[in-house]
Amino acid sequence: MQLYEQTLTQVHDLLTKGEVTSREITEAFLRRIEAVEGSVQALVTRTPELALEQAQETDRRRQAGEDLPPLAGLPAVIKDNMSTRGIRTTCSSRILENFVPPYDATVVEKLRESGLVLLGKANMDEFAMGSSAENSAFFKTFNPWDLTRVPGGSSAGSAAAVAAGEAVYALGSDTGGSVRQPAALCGVVGMKPTYGRVSRYGLVAFASSLDQIGPLTRDVRDNASVLSAIAGHDPRDSTSAPLEVPNYTTFLTGDIKGLRIGLPKEYLAAGIDAPVRKAVDEAVRVLSGLGAEVEECSLPHTEYSLSVYYIIAPAEASSNLARYDGVRYGLRVSGDDLIGTYQQTRRQGFGSEVKRRIMLGTYALSSGYYDAYYLKAQKVRTLIRRDFDQAFARFDVLLTPTSPTTAFKVGEKVDDPLTMYMSDVCTVPVNLAGVPAISVPGGFDQGLPIGLQFIGRPFAEGDLYRVAYALEQTTDYHKQRPPL
Amino acid sequence: MEYETVIGLEVHVELKTRTKVFCSCPTTFGAKPNTQVCPVCLGLPGVLPVLNEKAVEFTIQAALALNCQIAGFSKFDRKNYFYPDMPKDYQISQYDLPLAAGGHIDINLSGENKRIRIKRLHLEEDTGKLLHSDDLAAAASSLVDFNRAGVPLIEIVSEPDIRSPEEARLYLNKLKGIIEYTGVSDVKMQEGSLRCDANVSLRPKGAKEFGTRTEIKNMNSFRAVQRGLEYEVERQKKVLESGGKVLQETRHWDETRGITVSLRSKEEAHDYRYFPEPDLAPLVISREWVQEIRHLLPELPAAKKARLIEVYRLPEYDAEVLTSSKALGDFFDATVASYPEAKTVSNWMMGELMKYLNARNLEIGEIPLTPGLLADLLRLIDQGTISGKIAKTIFEEMCSTGQPPEKIVQEKGLVQISDEGAIARVVEEVIAGNQQSVADYRAGKEKALTFLVGQVMKVTRGKANPEAVNRILREKLQS
Amino acid sequence: MKISTEMVEHVAWLARLAITGEEKEQLSAQLSRILDHMDKLNELDTTEVEPTFHVLDLRNVLRKDEARPGLTVEAALDNAPEREGNLFKVPKIVEG
Repeated sequence: MQLYEQTLTQVHDLLTKGEVTSREITEAFLRRIEAVEGSVQALVTRTPELALEQAQETDRRRQAGEDLPPLAGLPAVIKDNMSTRGIRTTCSSRILENFVPPYDATVVEKLRESGLVLLGKANMDEFAMGSSAENSAFFKTFNPWDLTRVPGGSSAGSAAAVAAGEAVYALGSDTGGSVRQPAALCGVVGMKPTYGRVSRYGLVAFASSLDQIGPLTRDVRDNASVLSAIAGHDPRDSTSAPLEVPNYTTFLTGDIKGLRIGLPKEYLAAGIDAPVRKAVDEAVRVLSGLGAEVEECSLPHTEYSLSVYYIIAPAEASSNLARYDGVRYGLRVSGDDLIGTYQQTRRQGFGSEVKRRIMLGTYALSSGYYDAYYLKAQKVRTLIRRDFDQAFARFDVLLTPTSPTTAFKVGEKVDDPLTMYMSDVCTVPVNLAGVPAISVPGGFDQGLPIGLQFIGRPFAEGDLYRVAYALEQTTDYHKQRPPL
Repeated sequence: MEYETVIGLEVHVELKTRTKVFCSCPTTFGAKPNTQVCPVCLGLPGVLPVLNEKAVEFTIQAALALNCQIAGFSKFDRKNYFYPDMPKDYQISQYDLPLAAGGHIDINLSGENKRIRIKRLHLEEDTGKLLHSDDLAAAASSLVDFNRAGVPLIEIVSEPDIRSPEEARLYLNKLKGIIEYTGVSDVKMQEGSLRCDANVSLRPKGAKEFGTRTEIKNMNSFRAVQRGLEYEVERQKKVLESGGKVLQETRHWDETRGITVSLRSKEEAHDYRYFPEPDLAPLVISREWVQEIRHLLPELPAAKKARLIEVYRLPEYDAEVLTSSKALGDFFDATVASYPEAKTVSNWMMGELMKYLNARNLEIGEIPLTPGLLADLLRLIDQGTISGKIAKTIFEEMCSTGQPPEKIVQEKGLVQISDEGAIARVVEEVIAGNQQSVADYRAGKEKALTFLVGQVMKVTRGKANPEAVNRILREKLQS
Repeated sequence: MKISTEMVEHVAWLARLAITGEEKEQLSAQLSRILDHMDKLNELDTTEVEPTFHVLDLRNVLRKDEARPGLTVEAALDNAPEREGNLFKVPKIVEG
């Protein structure tokens, strides 16, 4: 097996045994990027020199006998909406095309301290708005399993890079499914942690009350390792939870006897493709066989989630994206006067989906409509949270599909925003409730990966890793690699 | 028709915390442009605010000093509008749940107390500073300094209880004094740590409903507040008297032209789209916390005024003036501590000191006079070293140079002549040279004596002990 | 909910987005369709329901009033589209 095909755990073992150096690993990944990037297009910015420098530094420290963190020397990519000091951070938007931040996001700082080897910044839907990478202002990213199909989004480059062997692990961000949906469509593992688990400092805000950073990896163990490294309280993020972070790999026992798993019927209703439904049934059979108690349950307000999400997220975004005005940084397109400059800068700097959401959110907050839209949505959000509270009184985790379908064709939904929004139906309720969820490979349909989602109680990411790992041990979906 | 003026003031006060309200940048006034900035206060992509505890405590201190109720639960909201001095193009402010509400300030209106209610008091972030020529329209571009962006600001909104520009000035002055006492702000209008906007409307006398109001901005001194409001009241009166209607609009006080100018722009379609700030947790303020902060408050003007009347038996008017600013009150206390004749100290402060300060438009902190110097001067008078009249000259000198009074007396040769032999020689000289007046006096004209005393003082350049001059002159004239 | 082109224009003004006539029509149609979907929320009676502005019940998240070094002037202005000395330069503001 090639180095670039191996898991984080495997590569880490080779490193610690001294069978390979970080420099060799990094070179292998750089060669792989050279080989496949032309067809996958996962990276907005490549940083090969930095990667080699960082790799050599960890090699030096390892040779000096230092005790290095588990991620040290392992090459990664980071979604291009996380601030990297000295490396441009574009959010795949024209408006930030040349923006080089003077500071690191907290997760980047943590990874640097963990011996990060950064290969590049990953393409995404502009400002994380989209489910297909088709909203990137620069170029599309393609699904490594079928280059005519989308990789999902918005963390498209992160998911595609891990699937295509362009990185050992990746960071994505998830506002309504942006880690989990591309993970599902690319056949990798993606975690959306509890709101407040991972610092948002340095994550370019889309919807502040929903955004969370999460890892994308080849398997569950890798994912647990990465989350253990990036999670934790951050005094620079007022919404970060002041809680201790467990070592998530300790949950990977394979034992799920007596685990109570709820199967919310609303997630298996109309709109879910038959093969996806079949994968869920198969997982139920396997999990029951491992001693879990699986039972149907109901989250009655699920059907309102999309409406709530597509009010709250654009409303917050309309405010978060106001700062892109051409005054302090980013693109400036001159107009007749200051206001004209604002208007032209934002017209030319933002793509159509971003503009559509800014419009929608501005409307939902505007005088006379706030109560009917924004406030109403936040109230219904309470009902959606209560659904989860009630379900978690009876169940430890919930099992649902991640996406109603496998990867769709590039261009298939691009002209129809509403249909595109519908593909988020299984993932958005999780962000609204702030609970954690993981997407794991759950099968294939005509060569395309299917993702399964486990949803857990707040701060019970460990439960999710436990069940996901148990399921993974009985299948080999995660071991398959795309035919690139 | 007779009109009644209705004014409400919105006062902004910058808090004197060491760091900004949502980031750890220093707040030093007058630093070089863009040297006190960080990713957070520049609104770079990805940054988040973290609330400064001291800013909350200072806000609560100010609110308590202004007799406000402190909210048990409070939160922050985003106020969305585009302006180049605002890094995020929204301001973190407080909308429906301010930190405090329902306070008041009592002003002294020609001897009568009048209560002006305070509607609300909230904490928010200041904006950066736009630098451009005064002529807004002529400048081709504006320049922005973000040092001020994120400095904690409290907004104090009065009820529309103010009935004249004079009352507005008194309210603002009283408010400044109270905040100054708490020490949470420098409250300097010239440095912008105290700013004032006003809502002004007129209504027919006796009417219950308010008229249409205008908002007046850019009044950058106490004088400007009074002048700006006086102008606006007159302007509205003329509009109404000529049968016109006052437009609801924002107007800019133009100091040099002495008029208010309409700021008519597309901005009239303001819609701030307030919503709760998702990046900040709400505040729960316990009674214990409020009590703790209350204990930090120093003696406030009202209490101090009562003490001056009670302990020193000062007239109410003296006590009011002496407590109108913290510096003045502290000066009084310190002087009395070493020279206990409170009424004498008060007389000098109310008289000579205020005269000196007002004539030069200075504040007490801006001159080198100290309580110790004033006490020394008063002792010199008591000892008879100098006359009261000479003392006034020395006082002025002390105010401008800060020299000790003894030194001034010596250098200028101002020691009082109490040597009776010396005085007697001058008296004889004067009697000899003014025979007509001597005759007048002896003929019973008392006024002639005053003239002769004046002549003695003239010769001694005012240094002769007046009491001795009087006595010796009478003796010589009667002999 | 039908969003008129006038409303689209007003909202675009608030958001400082220049839009063409054609875009106005398109946005009016798209936003109307999306908002129709949102009207589904009116099925629910929420008069007794508190809104969820924060999913975590955090309170009083405060920092000490201690200064930390920020950016150098050069770092602060490094990304400025236009500058004059150590100040950010912006086009004139037309008012009055």
